[in-house]
Amino acid sequence: MPTDPRLAGPALHLADSLWQDAAIKFGNTAGAVLGFLGVLLAVFFAAGRATGRFSRPLAVALMLGPAAVLLLTGLVVPLLRTVYLSFYDADSAKFVGGKNYGWAATSSPIHDVLLNTLLWLVVAPIAATGLGLLLALLVDRMRGQAVYKSLVFMPMAVSLVAASIIFKLVYESRGSGQNQVGLLSQLAVAVGWDDPPNWILSQPLNNFLLMGVMVWVQTGFAMVVLSAAIKAIPDEITEAARLDGASGVRLFLHVTVPMIRTTLVVVLTTIMIITLKAFDIVRTMTGGNFGTQVLANEMYSQSFEQYNIGRGSALAVILFLAVAPLVVYNIALLRKERATR
Amino acid sequence: MSAEPTLDKAPGPGSGGAPRPDLPPAKAVRRAFSSPLATALVIAVTVLWTIPTVGLLVTSLRPKGDVVSSGWWEAFVHPDLGLENYRSVLFDNSFGTSGGLMPYLVNSVAIAVPATVFPLVLAAMAAYALAWVRFKGSDTIFFVVFALQVVPLQMSLVPLLRLFSGGAHLGSVTVIPALNLKDSYLPVWLTHTMFALPLAIFLLHNFIAQLPRDLMEAAVVDGASHFKIFRSIVLPLSAPALASFAIFQFLWVWNDLLVALTFAGGNPTVAPITSRLAQLSGSDSSHWELLSAGAFLSMIVPLAVFFALQRYFVRGLLAGSVKG
Repeated sequence: MPTDPRLAGPALHLADSLWQDAAIKFGNTAGAVLGFLGVLLAVFFAAGRATGRFSRPLAVALMLGPAAVLLLTGLVVPLLRTVYLSFYDADSAKFVGGKNYGWAATSSPIHDVLLNTLLWLVVAPIAATGLGLLLALLVDRMRGQAVYKSLVFMPMAVSLVAASIIFKLVYESRGSGQNQVGLLSQLAVAVGWDDPPNWILSQPLNNFLLMGVMVWVQTGFAMVVLSAAIKAIPDEITEAARLDGASGVRLFLHVTVPMIRTTLVVVLTTIMIITLKAFDIVRTMTGGNFGTQVLANEMYSQSFEQYNIGRGSALAVILFLAVAPLVVYNIALLRKERATR
Repeated sequence: MSAEPTLDKAPGPGSGGAPRPDLPPAKAVRRAFSSPLATALVIAVTVLWTIPTVGLLVTSLRPKGDVVSSGWWEAFVHPDLGLENYRSVLFDNSFGTSGGLMPYLVNSVAIAVPATVFPLVLAAMAAYALAWVRFKGSDTIFFVVFALQVVPLQMSLVPLLRLFSGGAHLGSVTVIPALNLKDSYLPVWLTHTMFALPLAIFLLHNFIAQLPRDLMEAAVVDGASHFKIFRSIVLPLSAPALASFAIFQFLWVWNDLLVALTFAGGNPTVAPITSRLAQLSGSDSSHWELLSAGAFLSMIVPLAVFFALQRYFVRGLLAGSVKG
């Protein structure tokens, strides 16, 4: 059985049964993992024998080296390369200056894409975080809270592709007079709306229905993290506020929220970043049609479907510029918190 | 090495909903939100959050004729459930193209396991080197790695794709030769490893840097090399952090679509189930009995991991996001 993953391809075409195919693939995978660990062990064993003034540089080189090489080839060089390619034409052959950015700034389909992206960025994170905060507060003293939390949190484990398929079924629409298969249409019929629209085709409503999938996935994350933050508030602080006469909603607004503000911001920015970069939902549910396109998917289709590397790269740079401030702010906040710990 | 001190037990905040003594001030906030209305609201949201998944599961178990002609909720009135769709979607040519989803499911496992092990080990090594092997510039390197989390993965796709297919050249000098990696998992493994490193190094560094200094110094006095310290002290003591990151990374890789689409496309020899499902949902959305079974198949592994290891998964998510 070949253990070199490169041999897997040709071997697979010859495999005459699914099980044989699976056995070969698992064999290759196990071989790759064991080979990787084996090489590391051997290197460690050999390098561990080195003594004297070489031992420390050797340790740095061998332990940091692989990660450094991978980060350079995978992130640093591509980052620079994409910026460079964004100034070239579709085939990366001719320098075109800022033409790709000019296209992004003036093309009206791209304006819609940017507007949609902005809408996603505002609505989905705020809805997920708000709902998560509400649930974190409400569920806190309930019996069997672990069950409720698990069920709301569960979508986090599901891929955005699977989540999109789940909601495609919910939004499925049939013509009037037919039995509805989608839950949303059935609910509409049940409340007396005899001819509900085809949800996924109705603009601009479809954008919000797509965002609903993201909210469905992320609310559990927000709830779990915020619930942990609420539990971490020192009791003395709430006690002091109580003695000052604060209670109920006022206590929540003036004590709880300020105490978890950092976590609230971290959760909000994390979901924003996920939202901005995620293209799975749009891709799976509408393919970017019917006025639902977003930046992350448009960037992918420019590069890999229309083969315009220059435009695709320019959109990737715009995406980078949009994410950067969010992450920098997030990092600054985390650093500040770590410093005061 | 007898090394299982208190670190092993460091509980993540809120990781299990452990009962706390109800102090009066905490009750004050709670009372404001505690009413039959609040309870009803929580139950309503939970039901609302669960129904879509239940609907998919029920649909996937119904016969084709039923799925086409009536909503899944009818199954509660006229139950007729079976695993026929799963058999069909796994092994038959049911989606009109070659083979069922079985090869893709195998690919998902074959991608996710190495793409979890590789970054985990490499990040732990790098995190140890940055935390405990003092050298000039280690802080700068740590900061750069930290900042690399900013890079959206979309920026790396085109250059990486070219690297894997054409190699790297400086002028006429070939730095990395073109690798013929077409039907291979290697590009997908490598890409996932590269993309996982910044966060992995950051999180593991936070943990490894807090290991007891005395323990490390004692080992150095005993003449242990950095490699020995890493293997016999750092790795065992970091098990909780490693475990929670491993779960996180496994789920992330299993659920990925971007890397899979770019480096494996729909190629049945290497593409994972997410990439195939995304294709099918565009072209075959009328076959709900098959699409729902396919989607549920793709969810079985992550859901099993989630429900079995929820506690550690939550701990991994909470790392760095909550003061504590």
